[in-house]
Parts: sequence; structure tokens; C-alpha cells
Amino acid sequence: MFRTALRNVLAHKARLLMTVLAVMLGVAFVSGTLVFTDTFGSAYKNKSAKSFDHVSVAITSNGGSGNDDGQEGKQPPRLTNSLLTEAKGLPGAQSVLGSVSGFTALADKDGKLVGGEWGTTGSNYYPGKDGKDPRYDFTEGAAPKTAGDIALDSRTADRTGYKVGDTVRYSTDGPVKQAKVSGVFDTDDGSVIAGGSLVVFDNATALKTLGKSEYDEIDVKAAAGTSETTLKSAVDKILPKDTEAETGASLKAEQDRMIEQNTSSMSQVLLIFAGIALFVGIFIIANTFTMLVAQRTRELALMRAVGASRRQVTRSVLIEAFIVGLIAAVAGFALGIGVAVGLESLMNAGGASLPDGPLVIGPTTIVTALLIGVVVTMLAAWLPGRRAAKIPPVAAMNSVHASPTVRGLVVRNTIGSLIVALGVVMLFMEDNYVMAGGAGVVLVGVIVLTPLLSRPFIAAAGPLLKPFGVTGKLARLNSVRNPRRTASTASALMIGLTLITAMTVVAVSMGSAINKMAADSFKGDYSVSMANFQPLTPKVHDQLAKLPEVEASSALRTTSGEVDGSYSRITGVDPEAFHKLVGLDFTSGSVAGLKGNATLVDKELADDQGLKTGDTVPVEFDDDKTVRLKVAGIYESNEMLSGLFTPTAVVDPHVSKIQDQQVLLKMKGGTSEKAEDAIVTALGDNPAIKIQDKDDISNEVGGAINLMLNMLYGLLAMAILVAVLGVINTLAMSVFERKHEIGMLRAIGLDRAKIKQMVRLESVVISLFGAVLGVGLGLFLGWVAGDSISGTVTTYTMEVPVGRIAVFLAIAAVVGVLAAVWPARSAARLNPLQAIKSE
Amino acid sequence: MTTTTSFAARATGVAARASELSKVYGQGETQVVALDRVSVDFGQGEFTAIMGPSGSGKSTLMHCVAGLDSFSSGSVRIGETELSTLKDKQLTKLRRDKIGFIFQAFNLLPTLTALENITLPMDIAGRKPDKQWLEQVISMVGLAGRLTHRPTELSGGQQQRVAVARALASQPEIIFGDEPTGNLDSRSGAEVLGFLRNSVRELGQTVVMVTHDPVAASYADRVIFLADGRIVDEMLQPTADGVLDRMKHFDAKGRTS
Repeated sequence: MFRTALRNVLAHKARLLMTVLAVMLGVAFVSGTLVFTDTFGSAYKNKSAKSFDHVSVAITSNGGSGNDDGQEGKQPPRLTNSLLTEAKGLPGAQSVLGSVSGFTALADKDGKLVGGEWGTTGSNYYPGKDGKDPRYDFTEGAAPKTAGDIALDSRTADRTGYKVGDTVRYSTDGPVKQAKVSGVFDTDDGSVIAGGSLVVFDNATALKTLGKSEYDEIDVKAAAGTSETTLKSAVDKILPKDTEAETGASLKAEQDRMIEQNTSSMSQVLLIFAGIALFVGIFIIANTFTMLVAQRTRELALMRAVGASRRQVTRSVLIEAFIVGLIAAVAGFALGIGVAVGLESLMNAGGASLPDGPLVIGPTTIVTALLIGVVVTMLAAWLPGRRAAKIPPVAAMNSVHASPTVRGLVVRNTIGSLIVALGVVMLFMEDNYVMAGGAGVVLVGVIVLTPLLSRPFIAAAGPLLKPFGVTGKLARLNSVRNPRRTASTASALMIGLTLITAMTVVAVSMGSAINKMAADSFKGDYSVSMANFQPLTPKVHDQLAKLPEVEASSALRTTSGEVDGSYSRITGVDPEAFHKLVGLDFTSGSVAGLKGNATLVDKELADDQGLKTGDTVPVEFDDDKTVRLKVAGIYESNEMLSGLFTPTAVVDPHVSKIQDQQVLLKMKGGTSEKAEDAIVTALGDNPAIKIQDKDDISNEVGGAINLMLNMLYGLLAMAILVAVLGVINTLAMSVFERKHEIGMLRAIGLDRAKIKQMVRLESVVISLFGAVLGVGLGLFLGWVAGDSISGTVTTYTMEVPVGRIAVFLAIAAVVGVLAAVWPARSAARLNPLQAIKSE
Repeated sequence: MTTTTSFAARATGVAARASELSKVYGQGETQVVALDRVSVDFGQGEFTAIMGPSGSGKSTLMHCVAGLDSFSSGSVRIGETELSTLKDKQLTKLRRDKIGFIFQAFNLLPTLTALENITLPMDIAGRKPDKQWLEQVISMVGLAGRLTHRPTELSGGQQQRVAVARALASQPEIIFGDEPTGNLDSRSGAEVLGFLRNSVRELGQTVVMVTHDPVAASYADRVIFLADGRIVDEMLQPTADGVLDRMKHFDAKGRTS
């Protein structure tokens, strides 16, 4: 008796460890995701945040200023030095600061652009009364004083290795310029903290170089004793036309609101991640504890038999769950922070330039982690614990070994079918949110139905197990023995694989849709544009057209206009070269007719307006002049090509400033390093100019998708790890329950290797069941999602990534084998004498 | 003291033999001697019962002879095979091919039908059962109508009959039973014992059974009595009353000594 007791305790230790591990991983999964999303979210917000410490009242222009997109009218400068001086003289004003900033591309030592495309900024150094600009804190060297000076933020200096005195190359929107590094500074600029680059010019140079003759903003700081509102009313009196003043406080509030708005879709995506994490985490914990208590039914009944009351039994289970939950939650939380850090470096290693920021561990995260760990564990323990307490004490005396509870699955199956049906209906609704909800509902429904599905699946696996003879047969029978248990084990794996498969299907299909679109639409070799999506000067095209390597070239001179009252994009192109550079899918007409006052029209617009090739259509440009253009052809539009295409000569008279969105090139020898070098050299090795070939173009769009996918893989790898624990747990329990049987099998002649094989096969069968179910459901969901995507992305066709799916299934099989290692070994170690012991 | 028992009258050979078999648990102060230099032969075609009070070592003796448990010293032979030198794999094979087992708790696989349970040892060995023999065994234990039932659909007596058929079906050299009637009512128990005796008388099977029930022992050809890890007595052609008397005697002795 002592030996069995001792063995029980030892078995408990392993079980306890297993439970703690499961809860810990569940909590780690959730808290890791939450910390990661918080950190990422806040870094994302901070990158556009700036400090208002030195701002009491800010003056900005509120009309179309010349610096937004260059398309609008040219108004005289308003935020000038004279306004600055005037503001300085106001009563209650302590100091003023004029700020101007704009896209500035800095080249690193290899000539490449420093910083992401969103964070390459140049600004001015505006010395105050004390000769310092409060925005910058110089750590080395001095502030820029002349046009040849430039200062770098310290992180950029670190990254590039530039030191004070070095000469650097930069570009705003024109040709490459050179400047000497005068100093290095620290700043609290959000964009810099997030990993962008910031360079500072002296005030006069900044005003000139950044392409404006006025400030973006004039900040006035109130003297001590003057309130922001008092100062604002003073400022209001001197405001020129089309400008406005705001207090620092309201600007801050406005900024927060804007950031919230801009990041809300990002937050939503991240919340969905956290939601999935939460779901999987809760599922796993509940599963583990349900198993654990079920496993201890006899022990609990024994406690009842020796006089423990129901309440005592339940309470003992709860206390245990509380302790386990608490320990595991704390450990899981710590692990989760590690996970978050790991995720971030994983993504950065994967080529994503995520905005940097300090780790954000919000109170919500802590509370959620603890709540999940403790409450879910206790709940998961309480329900089966209550059931256990209801077991009559006599059950303890029942020495008959493991008889499966064959409770009817009819109710469960009915409910499951209804849920799945509801989910499927939701999936085919128009609304995207309803659809996403439908996916979740279907998943839940399938989880409910898993026990039902386990039988046919495992029966189907029968032929595969046949070669293993009697062990294969026993493994098959054991896996259908307790369908609920098999199902809940398989479900953990299923959830992960459903998500992975669905996402992979969509991502892979999307990727090739983009590739196809790029290949179809762009027939040239290179596209040249500004790194900040600003327009190019027409000089770029002129220079490139002259290159001997260039076979054909065309600028895309994009502007907008109205066709019969409806907005349309109008792109001026070189009609001679256009057809060599761009592939249009014509429904009628052709590019041949694109001469003089002619245009190509996309089919959507043509259908709207009832236009046919040969018709004449009046087009009103932004300067309110209307030109009548002959429709030369009608083509199918896509994400890359839409609107009107007309010769540049038609567009030029109607734009305020001639500039090109892109220049497309076809080279004589196709793409080559030499050709690319020729373009780079012709453009003066300008870091602000982006030269992309066809692959680059599709990568630009596809890259984001791959990044997302890698992030998902990282998160879901976690889910699979947890699923492995689930499988181990089930197997361990199943071995424990069947030790009499296993002992008997050993006694009548099944050797250790075969026992191991039996457990392993059972594990693989269960894992593959989960995996196949997950892959199947994932394919279905991927198909449904694709259906709605193909409405907007015309080249989208569903692609089944057979290779990857094979890998997923292989991983599932490996998971099965790995999960079985320990349970199989303990099964093989069982002494055959166990069979003979009936106590 | 060592007692060596003679061959039973009907024996034509030795199915299993233990010589100077000892099994010791623990060391030093806490040392427990479960078997103390026991030597015993189990004749072919003989039905032997091993009896003795709790802790006498009767189960241990059977486990050691059946290759289920290791022993400290001495030797055990099943037929011509010496067990002490065998590794686990060879022992397993020996049990599979030469030994049949009947357990107190039936120990059938609930996932298999009665027939599948009966042929399980041969399935494990990858052998085809001898059809004629199988039918003979099944009809002897009276299971012909229940072959497709699962153990949970059978009564205790029927389950143990399946276990008996399982032990007999592979025609082992020797069958070991560990309290085979311990979980059965007296009528079912009598049936099972009847099958075992018939298998010895009619089929020439060798059976060794551990029991504490004098009635069960009376079905045997020979009873050996163990106390404190030694064989203390033996009785041929036992009757239930005779065995009971002998047992009382040991109990009294045990109390007074």
C-alpha cells in the first residue's frame, strides 16, 4: 500500500508539473500577445507624437498651403518671420519658435536611405533667446549655423557611424546635396524614438531647402503667470488670413485623438490576435484541468468514503487550482514578456522595420494574465470538481478499471451542428465583421462536433495502421475509446492549424495575385519614384530618357479631374512609349488611338457614364477648365491602373506645377545591375529616389503580407507548443488509466518496444486528426475569405499551398511522436505485475 | 529448511522447475525475505495449487516462475529455458510463446471483442490460431454464442471464461492463474475451475494456480503450502476439508510461534 501511495505522489508531481506548464503557457501566450500588441501599438502611436512642452499657443495655417501635395493653388506665405517677430512682441509671450520640417533623405555610407520611409525627416534649428532650440539637446558638436552644416539625431549617428565633421549626402526633393555634420543631438521626437531619422539644418537653410518660404508652425510660449487662453486671445488679434491659433492643451488633445483614430485599425488587428490568444489559452487551461480532475475521480471518491464532505472535496480542488493557477500565472506572465520581446526581434529579423519603443506592460495585461491564470484554472477545476464531489463514495471501492463513460453525444452533436450552420450562414454574409465572426462561430461549432468526427476519421486511418499489426489496432481502438478526450486533445491542435492554414492560403493567394497583377500591368523594367511618395520633378524623366540604355520611357503625370461630375484620376503618359511599359486589358479600342486630345477610360467609369470607344467625353481639370477628349479605348482597371490615361500634353496646361508621380522605364537589355547603376548614376546617386524592378514592386505590397504571416506563425507556434502539452497530458492520463491493461499486455507477451509503438501511434493518430480537421477547416475559411477578396482584387484566385500544408501535417505527426516520448516510456516501464494487482 | 517435493504420479516430465529460488526485498535492517531458497517442480500435465497465508510468498513464487518478476538467487526453468539469464525482451517472448495467464481481475481489453481477446496473444506473436483447437477451446468454455460481445457486455464469470480461453488458445507449455476465482461468485468460480481441471485431464495442459480458497485448491492434483517464503507442506489429491484443516494448522502455528 505504501508503494502505491508513493507512486501516486510521484505521479501527482508529474501531473502537477503538467498542469502548471499548461496554465503557464496559456497565460504566457495571452500576456505575450498583449504586451507585444501594447508595445507595438504605443511605439506606433509615439512615432507620430510630439511634445508640446514648449508650446502654449501654436499658429498654423488652415488653408491649402503650398506644401501639402503641391497641387493646390499658390498662396502667399503667411507664417513668416515677420509674424514671428510680431508674436514675440505680444504681452505675455516669453519666447517664440518657428518650426518647419519635411522629407529629407539621408544617405548612409553605402548610399542607401537611412530610416524607414515614414521617418526620414529634416527640420530647422531655431535658436531661442538663449541661443538654443528646446527641441534638441546636443550631445556632441554644435548646432548647424550655415548652409553647409547639418546635425543628426544620436540614433541615426550611431546607426550610420557618422561622426561630427563627416560629410554626408542628403536630398530633399531635388538633387543630392552635401553637408558637414556639425553636431549630434538627442530629441524626444516620437518618430526618432520609433526608429526614424531626423536631421536638422540651420533655420534659413531649412526654410529654403525644405521647399517652403514659411514655417509650418509658430509656437509661442507663455511667460510665467500668463495662461494659455489669455495668450491665445492676444495671438488671435495678430493672425493673418487663413491661419489659426490653438492652445497647447487643445493641440495635445487633438493629436491624441488623431493618433487614436489613425491607429485604431491597427489596434483592432492586434486585439484580434489577443482575442485568439485568449481563446486558445482559456481552452487549454480548461482542458487540462478537466482531465486532471477526471483522472482523480477515484481519489476524490476515496476522500468522500473516509468522511470528507462534498464541500470539502470541492474546496480542496479549488484551493489546489488557486495555487496552481497563481504560480503558473506569475510564471506565465514572466514568460509572456519574454515571448513579446522574442516576437519583436523575430519580426525585425524577418525584415520588418517596426517602430521601436519601450516595452509596455499595461495594468490590463497584468490583470488579464492573473485573471486568466487563476480564474480560468479555478473554473476549469470547479466544474469537474463538483462532478467529482457528486460521485458516490462507493465509486472508490470500485476496482474495475477504466470503463469509458459512454454518455450520449446526441445533445452535443445537435448543438454543434446548429452552431456550425449558424457560422456558415454568417460566413456568406456581405458584412466583413459578420464574416469574421462567422469564422469564429464555425470554429467553435467544429470543436463541439469533434467527438463525432473523431470516429470516422480514425476509422479512415485504419488502413494506415494496419501494417503495424496488433499495436496499430490497439492504438486505433484506444483513440476512439473516449471520443470526448480525443476530441479535446485534437481541438487544441486544430485551432492552431485552422488559423495557420486559412492565413497561409489567403496570404499565398494574395501574394501571387499581386505578382500576377504586377506582371500583367507593368511590362517595363524599372519604376522610378520618390521614397516618400512625393512627386518627382520632370527633370528626372528628361534625364532618364536621354540614357542610351533606355529603350522606352514614360512619366506618369497624375492629377485629378471630373468626368461628368464624378471624380477621376487622370494620368498623363507618353502615348508612344506607354504600350511598351504598361499592360492594359482592353475591352475595346486600343492604345493606338491615343493621339492628341484622346484618352483611355477604365471600364468602370465607361460603364457608369455609358461611354464607348469613339465617344467624346468632357473632362474638367482641377483648374476648372474643361477639355473634350475622344475615347480611344476602354480597359479593365485594377489596383495599379485606373482612371483616365491621356498624353502628357493634354495634362500639362492644367496643373499648377509639372511633376511626375513615377517614371517607367524599359531598358534595352532588360533588368540588370548595369542598367540599374546607369539609372542611379544619372540621378546623382540620390537616396531619396527609389528605383524598383518588377519584383521590388510586388514585394513592396507582398512584403507586408509576408511579415504579417511570419508574425502569425510566431504566435501560432506558441499555440502548437501548448497543444503538444495537451497531447502529452491526454496520453499520460490514458496510460495511467490503462496500466492494468498495459501490464496484462506485457504479461501475455507484448514487449516494451511494441508498447511504446502503441502509445506513439495513438498520439500520432490524435495529432493528425486535429491537424487534418484544422487544415480542412482552414482551407474552407481561406476559400470563403478569398471569395470576398476576389471582389476587390481582380487577379485573386485561391491557391492551395500544397507544400506548406504537407509541412503542417508533417509537423503534426512529429508533434504526435514527440508528445508520446514521455508517456510511451512510462507505459513501457510499467511492470507486468501491475496487471495482477487488483487493488 | 528446504523442502524438495517429488514428482506427481501422473507427471511425464517437468514443465517448470524452481531450484534454490530466493527473492529478497531491501537491504540490512529493512530486508524482507519473500522467498527463501524454494525448490519445486511443476510436472507436465499436472494441476498444482499454491496455497499459504497472506505474505507467505505464494504470489511471488508464481510471479518468479512465470517470468513476471525478477529473483535474487537460484534458478527457474520453463521447459529447457533458464530464466535467470534472460533479458526483458526474451522473457517477454517466452511469456508470449510458452506461458498462458489468468488473472484475478480478468484483465481483458475492453476495446476488443471476446474472440479478439482470446486470440490476442497469437495476434501479438503474429501467428495464425489453430482453428480447430480454437473451436474446441471456445466450445469447452461455452462462449460460442458470445464471441462478438465486448467484455463490458459479459458477466464476471463469462469474462473469466474468456480469460481461460485466451490462456488455452495459444497452447502454452504452462498456464499460471493468480487467484482466478477471487473475483467470482462460487458458481462461476466452480465453472472456471472445472474448465481448468478439464484442460489438464482432457487436453494434457499444465496449470499452476495461486489461491487461498480451499475449495479452489481441491480441484488441483497437488497442493503445495507456503509460509514465510518456504514450502512447508504438500498434499496430493486434495479435498477441500483436508486443505482447510492443513491451513488451520498453519494459522495456529503461525499464531503460537
